[in-house]
Amino acid sequence: MSETVSQRPSVGHREAGPVVLPPSRSTRTPLGWWRNPWRRPYILATVTWMYLAWSLLPVLIAIGISFSAGRSNAVWQGFSTQWWWGHPASDPSGALLVSPELHAALIQSLRLSFLTMFIAVPIGVAFAIGISRWRGPAPAGANFLMLFSFVLPEIIIGISMFLLFTYLLKFVHLGTGAQLLSLVTYQVSYPVIIVRARMLSIGREYEEAATDLGASPTQAVRRVLLPLLYPAILVSYVLVFADTIDDFITVRYLSGGASTEPLSVKIYNFSRGSLTPAINAAATFLLFSTLVIAVIGVFLYRRITNGQRGQTKEMTDYLT
Amino acid sequence: MPDRPASQPRRRVKVLPRKRPRDEASGSWYPRWYWPVFALPGTLWLLVLFALPFYVVVSIAFGTVDPVFQSPLPVYEPWWWTKKYLLEEWHLVTGQFRAVEVRTLVYVVLATAICLVVAYAVAYYVARFGGKRKGLFLALLIAPFFISYLMRMLSWVELLQPDGYVNSVLTFLHITPHPVNWLGGVPFTVVMGLVYGYIPYMILPLYGFLDRIDQSHLEAGRDLGANPFWTFIRVTLPLSKPAILASLVIVTLPMFGDYYTNNLLSGSPKTTMFGNLLDNSMEATGQGPEAAVLVLFLVVFLMIPMLYYMRETAKAQRNQ
Repeated sequence: MSETVSQRPSVGHREAGPVVLPPSRSTRTPLGWWRNPWRRPYILATVTWMYLAWSLLPVLIAIGISFSAGRSNAVWQGFSTQWWWGHPASDPSGALLVSPELHAALIQSLRLSFLTMFIAVPIGVAFAIGISRWRGPAPAGANFLMLFSFVLPEIIIGISMFLLFTYLLKFVHLGTGAQLLSLVTYQVSYPVIIVRARMLSIGREYEEAATDLGASPTQAVRRVLLPLLYPAILVSYVLVFADTIDDFITVRYLSGGASTEPLSVKIYNFSRGSLTPAINAAATFLLFSTLVIAVIGVFLYRRITNGQRGQTKEMTDYLT
Repeated sequence: MPDRPASQPRRRVKVLPRKRPRDEASGSWYPRWYWPVFALPGTLWLLVLFALPFYVVVSIAFGTVDPVFQSPLPVYEPWWWTKKYLLEEWHLVTGQFRAVEVRTLVYVVLATAICLVVAYAVAYYVARFGGKRKGLFLALLIAPFFISYLMRMLSWVELLQPDGYVNSVLTFLHITPHPVNWLGGVPFTVVMGLVYGYIPYMILPLYGFLDRIDQSHLEAGRDLGANPFWTFIRVTLPLSKPAILASLVIVTLPMFGDYYTNNLLSGSPKTTMFGNLLDNSMEATGQGPEAAVLVLFLVVFLMIPMLYYMRETAKAQRNQ
């Protein structure tokens, strides 16, 4: 064995003793600086910061333009809130919170997101619990179906839902009902994946201990398993909300008319035609509502995991 | 210990009879139907609203068209299926649409390659050299998840307008003599939009994996004489192969169904992608069979990466 090693001209196979670097390896010369293995990774750092600037600055500019005083959505023309609340001097009908069309879309967005969140997450959590504990070939099939709905491009779900509601289940009219059904179908896989990962990491021991101590199956689930799952459930709520409120792909095919189009669909439609800073205000509103939900989520997460270490790490683990 | 008075009888401990045989697998007295009940709502939901719509798509693809109204007549019985539309579309897909398919492939491959290089650099830097700033970096990397896709595209639509900030910077620096019409069907804009849209979904899984690589592997590489470059090539890169493959699939699958990035940033037939074909077939009335067949083609085309990703997700859940 030692022979085979010594036969290979290994770079690291040096004589013992103090390593004396030749003068050309000094870190003072440019080449030496470049070759210094303990040099700070300047190139990677530059790439990272440039990426971050590239990914976030455009959004900040777009938020800024929603507070512009002019009609242009390309350049900022002084501060005003006329595209949010309207302005007595100008025509207020284009403002986000004044225009009946945009205001109705805003309400529809919030309604769809909250309903989807409160339907998809409980169904998904129950599904994840059932599928992790139920043995046999049936849960594997159900899991396959769920993962399939997760990986399929969203436009395919949108088209198949549209065809379902126009040709087979005709009693579901296009509009809020159809939108809600398709959104829940698309979102239900998020809580399943997140909660299932958590189920597998906590194992069965806690429930077994609970039942050994005399808890009924229902008590074991309600008082032992569910509290252990609260962090994962919370993350699911936030993610489903964030993903639903800006969803326009499935919803666009399933809105029966302009009256049930949520804000995201309006933004999409307007982006291709008449852009005003009101559209920026609408997009900014979606962003703020997501942030509010995320902040509530982080706050509740801190309270639930009070006293546990590695909270932030665990929270980001759900996302990666 | 004081003696118990003789008048007071010893309290009898009631021993509950064991009603059901102990379930070997779960180690407690759960009835057989207990866990399936949890999974039932989700399973039913997915069967009715995910599997059934897909069957409707197949029935329309193999169905006929109403001779008077030209609306699709789905055929639900497999023995009466006709291959007419399938063959017609196959003809189009192998002929007229060939250019669109090649373009889609080129755009997706280019965008994914750029995504991979940048995402890997950023994820690697944050995972290895993030240091005390790791939390900040992570927050900035997660931020795009909470900013709606539309908002991020909208901000580029505005920046790239003829009188937008990108053009004013370019003309100010005399890089271009006059404003460039970035939104008029420029392939570069579309590919950049795809990269911008999907790169966050690549960075986080890569980061999650690179962060978990044991530093001692890298130290071993360095101890054996490899310089930082060769340590990366021969240790880090092979270790992260599964993460690279998974993140490639995560990013590529939605890109194949993407029509909105293209519509927002170009809208010109010069940059039409496969997703646009799907979307256009939905916007024209009476095009049900065409949309259904195109959906089938896309699903078949994406089947291998989808199955790969599903298998990886299921495996990752089991190994946790």
